[in-house]
Amino acid sequence: MKTEVAVRKALPESLTPQRLVELYRTMLLIRHFEEQCSPAYRQGKMGGYMHVYIGQEAVATGFIAHMRDDDYMVCSYRDHGHALARGTDPRRVMAELFGRYTGVSKGKGGSMHLVDVERGFLGGYGIVGGMVPLAVGIGYGIRYRGGDQVCLCFFGDGAMNIGPVHEALNMAAIYKVPVVFVCENNRYAMATPVEFASAVPNLAERAKQYGMPTRQIEGMDLLEVYRQAEEIIRQVRTTPTPFFVEVITYRFEGHGIADNPTNQALYRTKEEVEYWRQRDPIVNTARFLLDSGIATEQQLLEWDAHAKQQALEAVAYADASPEPPIEELYRDVYTDMEVQEWR
Amino acid sequence: MAVITYREALRQALTEEMERDPNVFLVGEEIGRYQGTFRVTEGLLQRFGEMRVVDTPISESGIAGMAIGAAMIGLRPVAEFMTFSFALIAVDQIVNHAAKILYMFGGQISVPVVFRGPAGGGAQLSAQHSHSLESWYAHIPGLKVVTPATPADAKGMLKTAIRDDNPVIFMEHAKLYSTRGEVPEGDYTIPFGVADVKREGSDVTIIAYSQPVLLALHAAEKLAETEGIQCEVIDLRSLQPLDMETILRSISKTHRAVVVHEDHRNVGFGAEIVARIQEFAFDELDAPVLRVASADVPIPYARNLERAAFPSEEDIIRAVKRVLV
Repeated sequence: MKTEVAVRKALPESLTPQRLVELYRTMLLIRHFEEQCSPAYRQGKMGGYMHVYIGQEAVATGFIAHMRDDDYMVCSYRDHGHALARGTDPRRVMAELFGRYTGVSKGKGGSMHLVDVERGFLGGYGIVGGMVPLAVGIGYGIRYRGGDQVCLCFFGDGAMNIGPVHEALNMAAIYKVPVVFVCENNRYAMATPVEFASAVPNLAERAKQYGMPTRQIEGMDLLEVYRQAEEIIRQVRTTPTPFFVEVITYRFEGHGIADNPTNQALYRTKEEVEYWRQRDPIVNTARFLLDSGIATEQQLLEWDAHAKQQALEAVAYADASPEPPIEELYRDVYTDMEVQEWR
Repeated sequence: MAVITYREALRQALTEEMERDPNVFLVGEEIGRYQGTFRVTEGLLQRFGEMRVVDTPISESGIAGMAIGAAMIGLRPVAEFMTFSFALIAVDQIVNHAAKILYMFGGQISVPVVFRGPAGGGAQLSAQHSHSLESWYAHIPGLKVVTPATPADAKGMLKTAIRDDNPVIFMEHAKLYSTRGEVPEGDYTIPFGVADVKREGSDVTIIAYSQPVLLALHAAEKLAETEGIQCEVIDLRSLQPLDMETILRSISKTHRAVVVHEDHRNVGFGAEIVARIQEFAFDELDAPVLRVASADVPIPYARNLERAAFPSEEDIIRAVKRVLV
């Protein structure tokens, strides 16, 4: 066990032990929530694609920890973790995955299109890189109004190879929008390794040419992500300038529900997955909490049980929720115009 | 009423809306320092400053996405495409983002954005610069699509578009910019989904929109003078929403119709109009409804070939005579 002074030194100045525990418990919630997803999917409770974030929890948790209430964020379709880290009710997230009316998008978006407007989470998007130009517009809107908010824009390494992202990065720098581009490099765009797909595999290096600060950081260590994100977000909020940060991370599961272990064997080895599982951000943080004396073994077990309980409650809530009424089919196409039933 | 050009009418609408609502801003290529490729935005940078008249790189996806993102947090951007032929680059942003965001997030985020610019051809711009493609956008639930043909409609409908809470595809036509017409003084708007009977007649209904409305009116005059045939010319003005009532009312009077547009005939918007006419007014018809449209070929460069590719006054006259046989 470390002394209190030693713990203080190991933690970023703004991070109290209590706050660290909160963030750890956020990661636990994300993990347990998603561990309930696959069984529910197999039982036919969910449909569509389902992309889990398991292994990458420290990234969303560490960045979103620094968002103010009035900040914005957008992300890709691998969005469960981002919503939960932002504080969206896990029951309503699960209900969305179940296609229920109580879901965050009334059951009309599904796993890929979570949203929480009250918390500035303006959506998960299903087209790779498609949300990056949107983030530039959100950032431009912030500047237009003279605000000091920031917009966090999360996307994967695969997005670095699609044109609109490069249009957007260039425009972000031209207009000096307060956007943090968080490129979560989990090594694979579906099954395609970043070294194959990107002629310059160091994505922070590649983004350097856009005239904004860039950085590559380690994404499996919550404390490191927290420390880096704090500095980057502060810089973007006060300068203002966009920032590109490549976060090295790893997804332990397949790309989506259909990317089973047999398919995964086509592009990565068990040894490789095992190497990264040894760097599990939840296990690492737990070890830190124990070693530093912030938490006891007993507390860790309690928090774990509590997170699992929350996940199970989310499943029960979703399961008990009604489907959207059939009239919803024709609602929300336009704000002010009825769409005629075709029958 | 003042007589001004279509271009000036658009500029008036932009100016008045920007003065009325500080959330309105313009974004696009060459719209500021260069005063607009077709001079629609002339003088606006000087008047409103570079925060509200935003010059951009040649990045159509970026332009569209930036406008959509700003609209999502409550601004009212008007994005200009130098032409709708270039908007093809931005179709993912328009179709997969602007049109879907309200619905896929359960009605919680609206996207009050206008995408405007010239469509169509006719100036020997050849294959890649002469697209119409309004039927592509009208096909997409979540988009409104409008195609004004006169200065008065252009001004009133652009104001409506800017005040609309939904994404609006506002298609102009390069050949219309210098046309002149009477425009009411002061603030007025023209609602979407209300067609305008630009000429009354009892023999044949001609349904058109955008620049071909002018062609149809010329053809109708000629037919009246030379043949004594009275055509009713309906300017749809807006394709989504579509005013079927005006069309059906006219057909119950004439029992014959011709649809005219500059987009290709195959799977063009005319096909939708004809389908609805036969669905709702089959018993009213005394002849098949014909379509006058561009040939189903890439638009060629040579003057004679281009002329042959686009619908002409003569084509309309021929079609009207055919439905009267």
